[in-house]
Amino acid sequence: MGATLNTLWRYTPLLICLAIWEILATAGPVSNQLLPDVASVGKALWSLILDGELLRQAGHSLYRAATGFLLAVVIGTTAGLLMATFRGVRLVVNPIVQMFYPMPKSALIPVMMIWFGLGDMSKIVLIFIGCLLPVVISAYNGARGVNPFLIWSARSLGASRTSTLVQVTLPAAMPEILNGIRTALAFAFILMVSSEFVIAKDGFGYLISQLGDGGAYEAMFAVILVVAAAGFTADRLYGAFVRHQLRWREP
Amino acid sequence: MNAARPQPARTDTAPGDVGIEIRDVSHQYGGRGGQGGVTALDHITLHIRANEFHALLGPSGCGKSTLLYLIGGFVPVQSGVIETRRGVVTGPSPDRGIVFQNFALFPWKTVLQNVLYGLEKLGLPKKDREDRARHFIDLVHLSGFENAYPSQLSGGMQQRAAIARTLAVDPEILLMDEPFGALDAQTRRVMQEELRAIFERTRKTVVFVTHDVQEAVFLADRISIMSARPGRIQHILDVDMDRSRGDEITKRPEFVDLGEHIWGLVRDQAIAATRGAH
Ligand SMILES: Nc1ncnc2c1ncn2[C@@H]1O[C@H](COP(=O)(O)OP(=O)(O)OP(=O)(O)O)[C@@H](O)[C@H]1O
Ligand SMILES: [Mg+2]
Repeated sequence: MGATLNTLWRYTPLLICLAIWEILATAGPVSNQLLPDVASVGKALWSLILDGELLRQAGHSLYRAATGFLLAVVIGTTAGLLMATFRGVRLVVNPIVQMFYPMPKSALIPVMMIWFGLGDMSKIVLIFIGCLLPVVISAYNGARGVNPFLIWSARSLGASRTSTLVQVTLPAAMPEILNGIRTALAFAFILMVSSEFVIAKDGFGYLISQLGDGGAYEAMFAVILVVAAAGFTADRLYGAFVRHQLRWREP
Repeated sequence: MNAARPQPARTDTAPGDVGIEIRDVSHQYGGRGGQGGVTALDHITLHIRANEFHALLGPSGCGKSTLLYLIGGFVPVQSGVIETRRGVVTGPSPDRGIVFQNFALFPWKTVLQNVLYGLEKLGLPKKDREDRARHFIDLVHLSGFENAYPSQLSGGMQQRAAIARTLAVDPEILLMDEPFGALDAQTRRVMQEELRAIFERTRKTVVFVTHDVQEAVFLADRISIMSARPGRIQHILDVDMDRSRGDEITKRPEFVDLGEHIWGLVRDQAIAATRGAH
């Protein structure tokens, strides 16, 4: 009972936003063209769900985001750990990371289109590149900060260098890695939509721009809301996953 | 009556097998080619007998930890040789177990999982591993806390878990770096008694670093006293005390005398160390 009340409280600001939106759209100075009212957006959403369009486009988008993101997590973590462990790897990879880090990844969209065409591949590669750096950097920093006594303990208990890397350095760096992955998750959503605006024949981003161009503003707003909700849900689920993974930190 | 027999450091030709032989070991931190670095150890030669409890006593910063890390194989030997019955030390090995001052338990593993870690490396069958881990957890009186994470334990309990983890793999040599330094006086005393009792039962070669004179006299068969930095072995003392007598060893006159004697030797070094720190 208390928990439900708590949840209600937490989402109150959201409800207030909805209310303000409704007031602005119906009574306010903003025309219904620029900001459709809540009810008609809801109706548009319902019909998009019914004809299966939304689900189909969601499938395309989420497949691309998930593939690029997961590849980035696996490869980025491995690269970061190797960088922290081997000087040679660090010398080669570090300059590349430094160069790419401040660059807006969306600037690569045209290049991706030329290289990989309009299909899934161009988006997956872009999302992969965008998600890679925060993961690499967090894994590298996490691994460098590992208490050396933990590594020494493992070695004196009979662990080889390789198993120490996987069984000690990786879990010890995990809090930091999981932070980097959270940033990567946000990047995945941003790059998913923005790349589909520019180069795609399907997906959320494509749907939004199509509906906007066709003047179907209610439906466009509905899709934007769905994307926002998907990002929010992914972040929430990820937060719960992190809390479970790091339960050993709680006293 | 005379429990202390000071001996010159270099001519220590003691009976019994050699547990750890440290020959002419020096160590520098920082600097290159001997220039501008900190000399932590200066030509240390020390023979630690097999199955003895050997305490390393010395002022802060004299290189006790460094010497222990060299024996453990964690830090490469720069000059000189360290040898055990298994040969020259070139890296870490499970026959040289270590307990660090700051516990160094794996924080993401429970007590049981921490103790199991070394046993998995030994390749024992799963059932045996579990039994053995529980046996050692019981030995350090942590039964009931098998599934607790280190963050849920007190400092003393964490230290006991670390000791169980190291003892479980049954190392020939046990290295301990001020393991009770962070504990309160009572816990510390209980732990000292337990450690000595475990030692009586298992008879490993123990090197125990401390800067507490009482602790060294209470625990050790022999005590090496190190000088302030750069660390050298200044004195080696035998602790000839009949431990089988049930009375409180710390209250006996020979214990008190030996403590006084050692404190006299250590004090000069401690003063030298504080001067050096300025
Ligand atoms: N990683 C390091 N880099 C540079 N100097 C170091 C390093 N580790 C130790 N030293 C120096 O070497 C000397 C010996 O250090 P060590 O930790 O072995 O002393 P210790 O006898 O264990 O001291 P304590 O009783 O305070 O633990 C000290 O003067 C210290 O400043
Ligand atoms: Mg020390």
